[in-house]
Amino acid sequence: MEPRLSRYIWTHTRKSQLWILLIVALSMIPYFMSFDLPKQIVNGPIQGQGFETPGATQLFLPISFSLPYFGEVNLFSGIELGRQGTLLALSLVFLLLVIINGLFKFYINTYKGRLGERLLRRIRFELVDRVLRFPPHHLKRVKPAEISTMIKDEVEPMGGFTGDAFVQPALLGGQALTALIFILIQSFWLGIIAFVIVAIQAIIIPRMRRRLLVLGRERQLTARELSGRVSEIVDGIGTIRGHDTSNYERADIAARLGRIFKIRYDLYQWKFLVKFLNNFLAQVTPFLFYSIGGYFALQGRLDIGQLVAVIGAYKDLPGPLKELIDWDQARQDVQVKYTQVVEQFSVEPLIDPKVQEVSVASPPVLSGALAAVNLTLADDGGAKLIEHVSFQVRPGETVAVTGGTGGGGEALAEALGRLAWPASGRIVVGEDDIHELPEAVIGRRISYASSEVYAFQGSLGDNLLYGLKHAPLTEVVYEGDKAAHRRWELLEAKLAGNPSLDLNSDWIDYGAAGATGPEDLFGKIRAVLDVVLLTNDISALAVRSTINSVEHEAFTQEIVEMRAALRRRLEAEKLSDLVVFFEPGSYNIEATVGENLLFGTVTDRARWEEALENHPFFKTVLKRAGLHETFYEMGLEIAENVVELFRDLPPDHPFFQQLTFMTSDEIPGYEALLQKVRGRPLEEVSEEDAIRIIRLCFGYIEPRHRFGLLTEELMQKIVESRREFSDGLPADLVGIIEHYQPNRYMASATILDNVLFGRIGHKHTDGSDKIRAIVRDLFEALGLYNKVLAFGLDFDVGAGGKRLTAGQRQKLNLARSLIRLSDFYIINQPLLALDQRTQDQITRNVFAFLHDEKRDPAIVWVLSNPALSELFDRVVHFENGRLVHEETVEAPSKDSDYKELAS
Amino acid sequence: MLLKDEVEMLRRITLFSGLPPAKLKLLAFTSDRVMYSAGENLFHQGDIGDAAYVILSGKADVLVSTQTGQLKVAEVEQNSIVGEIAILCNTPRTATIQTTTPLEALRIRKDDFLKLLADFPEMAVEIMRVLADRLSQTTSELTEARSRAQRAEA
Repeated sequence: MEPRLSRYIWTHTRKSQLWILLIVALSMIPYFMSFDLPKQIVNGPIQGQGFETPGATQLFLPISFSLPYFGEVNLFSGIELGRQGTLLALSLVFLLLVIINGLFKFYINTYKGRLGERLLRRIRFELVDRVLRFPPHHLKRVKPAEISTMIKDEVEPMGGFTGDAFVQPALLGGQALTALIFILIQSFWLGIIAFVIVAIQAIIIPRMRRRLLVLGRERQLTARELSGRVSEIVDGIGTIRGHDTSNYERADIAARLGRIFKIRYDLYQWKFLVKFLNNFLAQVTPFLFYSIGGYFALQGRLDIGQLVAVIGAYKDLPGPLKELIDWDQARQDVQVKYTQVVEQFSVEPLIDPKVQEVSVASPPVLSGALAAVNLTLADDGGAKLIEHVSFQVRPGETVAVTGGTGGGGEALAEALGRLAWPASGRIVVGEDDIHELPEAVIGRRISYASSEVYAFQGSLGDNLLYGLKHAPLTEVVYEGDKAAHRRWELLEAKLAGNPSLDLNSDWIDYGAAGATGPEDLFGKIRAVLDVVLLTNDISALAVRSTINSVEHEAFTQEIVEMRAALRRRLEAEKLSDLVVFFEPGSYNIEATVGENLLFGTVTDRARWEEALENHPFFKTVLKRAGLHETFYEMGLEIAENVVELFRDLPPDHPFFQQLTFMTSDEIPGYEALLQKVRGRPLEEVSEEDAIRIIRLCFGYIEPRHRFGLLTEELMQKIVESRREFSDGLPADLVGIIEHYQPNRYMASATILDNVLFGRIGHKHTDGSDKIRAIVRDLFEALGLYNKVLAFGLDFDVGAGGKRLTAGQRQKLNLARSLIRLSDFYIINQPLLALDQRTQDQITRNVFAFLHDEKRDPAIVWVLSNPALSELFDRVVHFENGRLVHEETVEAPSKDSDYKELAS
Repeated sequence: MLLKDEVEMLRRITLFSGLPPAKLKLLAFTSDRVMYSAGENLFHQGDIGDAAYVILSGKADVLVSTQTGQLKVAEVEQNSIVGEIAILCNTPRTATIQTTTPLEALRIRKDDFLKLLADFPEMAVEIMRVLADRLSQTTSELTEARSRAQRAEA
């Protein structure tokens, strides 16, 4: 990158800078005219100069000038106006000038702003572009937060400075020079004095400011480090808490903040010292004028008029000069920042932009062998990970790499996947070095997957298809306003040196997934999800999600119809006790007392709590149903039990996870409450206390909590009072509860709950697994499974995919590679988070999948379980970074394996 | 069955006999009561262990998969604890437990179990005794198997 900011700005904004200079020069004309006008107004019409006689008139706006050799040219002889007329006319001209000046200012400011923003966009893009081309070893050294601070915050002032970069010095310099020349003309010696003082200012102040710049640079570095540390703390919070090192972190942050404070305070001290000096020098000049100029005047070597003129002219000097010095300060400041940033981003060797060029065409099949030639890889410290390895994979060949951690197989795979660059030697496909071939070829024809996963924030489906988004494949046709907006986008992108790739285009390369378009892509997705055993996870995510029942009305209807099918199925399998269904006329023993009473779920927890405490409705209905006292007794019993069970436990005890009635900090409150109300009849207990006790009942489930509180009679009573709750619900509580209706979809409940329309029994340990399997089966049988999966693909995986388990992330990552049709698959222990049984099964699945449909891609698989090597054509064994053993797997065992797979 | 009945039942198990009744109640409350019919698996060899089971009633076989198929290595019945090894050592399940009769068990989650051991050293000692018992049994079986193998060779 260009090391000097001013040159960078000039290169990219030359034309605009010249244009704005011209505009600024033009704007000077009305600006100076408006200086002169007030004097004319005051002297002329107001004080009466030229209107000495009543009825005198003056010419308004005569336009005439004299040209050499040509004489007087009279363009407009002016209008005759009286005193009041002239006053009005001149005032109107003044107003006009004010407007013109304002418009000029408006134009110049917006123009400069736009100029700055464009340059800022350009710098930021260029920096991110560089990040995308960084060599791998550099990316290991930098902290992501520091990079993003640089791109986000540190370059920002450069945008602001851009507009002023050339205009400001020209303008202010001009003004200062004019004033100085004027003084020189009036009196040579006073001019020299002024000049010397200005020179001192111009030399000393920038020098003093150098220290400011050093401090500024330190401030920038420390602030950047701080942001790096803060993000480290956030990322490593688990480790920090786990090792009780939070106070170490506190100390570190405090020390950093202390340093930043010191730097900033130093900065203030210097800044104001410089300011003081600057002001002093500016003020000392008039002192010299008065004393020396006065002395000259007394001696008669200078006339008083000149002295007054000099002093008057000097008033115009410090202003521009100060601004000029400020400008210079700003310039150096952004220059320092710029240099800092550029240093960080000038990394060699950057990947050649040609390698990453956009290519819409599908790349040629790699027909040559993928080979490492005398390859040596080293880690950051220079230790050799593998040494002088020569290794070849022919197209269609399958190779197992064994040797475990530290053997070198992983490093080799990383190098083949271009995650690590060779320290010496080469990696070639056919004849070409893979680092010189375009990524459009290598990045599509070679797929790499390891256990180090990065999932981007977004939906699961987006992440799965991420590896297909190489280039914008469709031309989006925009109409009307959108077309205009698109044109604007393209123009601006060009002016800021950004690429014009359209994000709205369809980036998914269906062909690269073996599909013909969006319609049959889902089949491919389903196939890879099945291969990596992710389908069940996704359907589990889907059925636990709530969907917009208005948008997907047809689907919700099908779900409702499934309820009957599920019952039939459970009956057929003699598993009817697995789920207790919601029946309007009977108590559901597996649901909470609250659900049974309301026969519905609460949609808005906060409003519900509020209503339960304050709304008279619940109390009156409970009383009318004769449940008030029973519930109080029941709540009392629950409270006694819970307090007895949990009283002695520390608040962070894991057992509290089993407690649903209250939180650990509510226990002392209930303990006190119990002492207060124990043995007293309900009438003597305050209403508030009674409610606190009664609300405990709502969460009670007999088979789960097993306190033995529900009698047949009570259940009967609860069922009977359901109607009161549903029919009598006052208008202000409508919407708080969604009632269970056998033939309606509940929008606030998950898909699974909607299918079950009941609760899973507590008796079976794996009840929920079983039911999920049955429901899955039913979905499949009814042809709904793919729709359900589609909802699962909408699941937001969170930042870095943190909402998925580590195992799910690794499966997703493997699926992401498998969905691409490549010639070489480099698979580097991709599933370390899973147990061995599942790993083996997925490995076999992947094998069967990749060799299906007459495809014959090459596979290099770094195995964590050597037992699987019989699947492969060849096994290479690494030890201590050397290839120590290489053998062809005998055909028979492979054959039998294939038979096994086929069966 | 109610919580208090479970407490009665737990009290009869040697492993928990040293615990005060209040703690037994807490243990019963935080654990899941699970039921199996004959022929079901409590857990499967190779799975990641997340809970231990106290058998309240019924019987089950301890099966280990070998190259020749499933091998029954032991039988467990009422009042015994199974599945604690995977929890204590953080290893995959070393065996499969398959019920032979309808079985009722208390499923104690891993974290809860470890916490209990930490809170009640008596229980830890008891667990040690169970493990040591099993080890000595295994050793004697191994010796026997070896000597049988030697005889067969001779």
